[in-house]
Amino acid sequence: MNQNPAIGHNTVPKMTARDVNVFYGQKQAIKNVSIDVSAEHVTAFIGPSGCGKSTFLRCLNRMNDTVDGARVEGRIELDGQDVYASGMDVVQLRARVGMVFQKPNPFPKSIYENVAYGPRLHGLARSKTDMDEIVESALKRAGLWDEAKDRLNESGTAMSGGQQQRLCIARAIAVDPEVILMDEPCSALDPIATARIEELIDELRGRYAIVIVTHNMQQAARVSQKTAFFHLGTLVEYDDTSSIFTNPKATRTKDYITGRYG
Amino acid sequence: MATLAAPAGPIAERQPTDWATPAMRSRIAARYRAERNFRRLGAAALVIAASFLAFLLFTIVRDGWTGFQRTETRIEVQFDAATLGVDPAAVAGPQGQALLARADYQALLLKAAEQLGPADDTLSDAAWMDLREALMDDPTLLGKRASLWVPVRSSIDLLAKGKYDLAAPAESRGVTDREVSDWRWLDGKGLLRTGFNTTFLFGADSTEPELAGIGGAALGSLLTLAVTIAIAFPLGVFSAVWLEEFAPKGRLADIIELSINNLAAVPSIIFGLLGLAFFLNFAGMPRSAPLVGGITLALMIMPVIVIASRVAIKAVPPSIRDAALGIGASPIQVVFHHVLPLALPGIMTGTIIGIARALGETAPLLLIGMRAFVTDVPQGFTAPATVLPMQVFLWSDDVQRGFVEKTSAAIMVLMLVLIAMNSLAIYLRNRFERRW
Repeated sequence: MNQNPAIGHNTVPKMTARDVNVFYGQKQAIKNVSIDVSAEHVTAFIGPSGCGKSTFLRCLNRMNDTVDGARVEGRIELDGQDVYASGMDVVQLRARVGMVFQKPNPFPKSIYENVAYGPRLHGLARSKTDMDEIVESALKRAGLWDEAKDRLNESGTAMSGGQQQRLCIARAIAVDPEVILMDEPCSALDPIATARIEELIDELRGRYAIVIVTHNMQQAARVSQKTAFFHLGTLVEYDDTSSIFTNPKATRTKDYITGRYG
Repeated sequence: MATLAAPAGPIAERQPTDWATPAMRSRIAARYRAERNFRRLGAAALVIAASFLAFLLFTIVRDGWTGFQRTETRIEVQFDAATLGVDPAAVAGPQGQALLARADYQALLLKAAEQLGPADDTLSDAAWMDLREALMDDPTLLGKRASLWVPVRSSIDLLAKGKYDLAAPAESRGVTDREVSDWRWLDGKGLLRTGFNTTFLFGADSTEPELAGIGGAALGSLLTLAVTIAIAFPLGVFSAVWLEEFAPKGRLADIIELSINNLAAVPSIIFGLLGLAFFLNFAGMPRSAPLVGGITLALMIMPVIVIASRVAIKAVPPSIRDAALGIGASPIQVVFHHVLPLALPGIMTGTIIGIARALGETAPLLLIGMRAFVTDVPQGFTAPATVLPMQVFLWSDDVQRGFVEKTSAAIMVLMLVLIAMNSLAIYLRNRFERRW
């Protein structure tokens, strides 16, 4: 199936994965996945529950390192640099490959502190004014500035679910990553907040390489330009989103898209 | 893809449920009755527990509040240089205070007691110390007359507080006719007063009840607990952090966890035996010292702190760790920036409860010699000292009648300290508790 992983790409990929296998103890969660993620596009991973799309996403910034018994084989590269090489600094990797999680998880600190935490960690601001600018631009980019500018010292956890998720996006943006991984970022949000996040993803496209895992096929169709369909730990099909949804090549993809299972 | 399986056979039709039949009604009534009874049972249990506590507090306060008071009598003292055996000229010199400290106040007191006539044997053995204190505070008194209040013997003190049943026959009432008549004479002349006993609050132990104080034991407790906290808190918290955040899960972690849980349940006297065998006999550390007591108690409460801290750390949502790791925090930064601050209220609560337990502990301290009779306020971590509960134990063991009220008063002090510490625990928990 993975004859041509770089299918449809006309640019240099931001991240590449080759023959990736992931094991949780004895159980194999990802089988031989190879894929290229482009810097200009939003890439969506779709597939039924338990198909391994989130697991694979978490390999891209080595978040699986924290899971006991998880083992990753194969090669994943960021700008040609092996992510799993022994010399790779995980801290720096995660600054370059940011992540937004399924459930909004702001720190129980002020809105300002939530956004400023990453830059402070990596020493990105030289002064208080620097930091203020970073926080402001991150919140602006996350479309949260107008709502948050008068309450920067209030707790991030006091915001609504949708605002919290945008705060988490602002927090990820604040360290100026190259790739943003989103693990079902809208699954805990209502339709209006979801629409707002989708708009935001569209605005961020091009500036960051974005990979989004979603259960929602309409969402994948709306926000992404590339779609990868995972099933039972394998990458079944990876193509332009329009082709996947209008003219899927594999029968399994077709069955999933048309709601035969999932 | 899956379709619902068709039913295997015909389903029997059921009669609609009739909720108004007598059987159904009595079932419902029985259910309400059971609920009412259960609530009454709970309330009754609470009332019984509360009345036990109230009875305990009542008896302690009734017996103990007079322990904070002391009876004194007024005597006129002629600070006669000849009786004191000092040279007035030398007293004015540079060695004056040292000279005054060594003077013969007992002779002075003996002379002064004569004015009490028939009741001349009612002064406390240590009343001369009040004379010395008065003169050393104000050396110009030398050669002058002064009126001083000095403590009386414990028996007179107790008579003044009405602790004896004077209607009882002489052989069973615990006080001699001579003492009763002495007290009547002093009381009749208006020479007695009962006031707040500062000696009790700030002094150390003594063989005489009227001179015994809780201050030495309180400071001993403070020094001991300082050692306990300094050792048990960091060790306990860092053990918990390592076990929760870094330890590889597996057989070793399970064994460590089991051992810690078992250690928390080990009787405290065992830790005393360990302290005796290791710190005193092997390491040669000083006997009766707050240092050794503190280390021993630290070993005792460390498992409690580890368990409480692990629970608090486990309660920090994993999503917070993910969030911090996801923007590039190192595992140590995750622990110190997020996990520990969020777990701190729980850790504090556990620690303070552990320390409160250490504060009330006597058994392990018995074995390392902290039941010593110490008449001085402890001077440091290696000086002999005793602790509050040990002082309660020592006084409760004493045959002298005057120590009964001192025992209860000491219990009141101990309980006040415990209540203060528990209130602090609750305050800290509410103050630092964060919601997410």
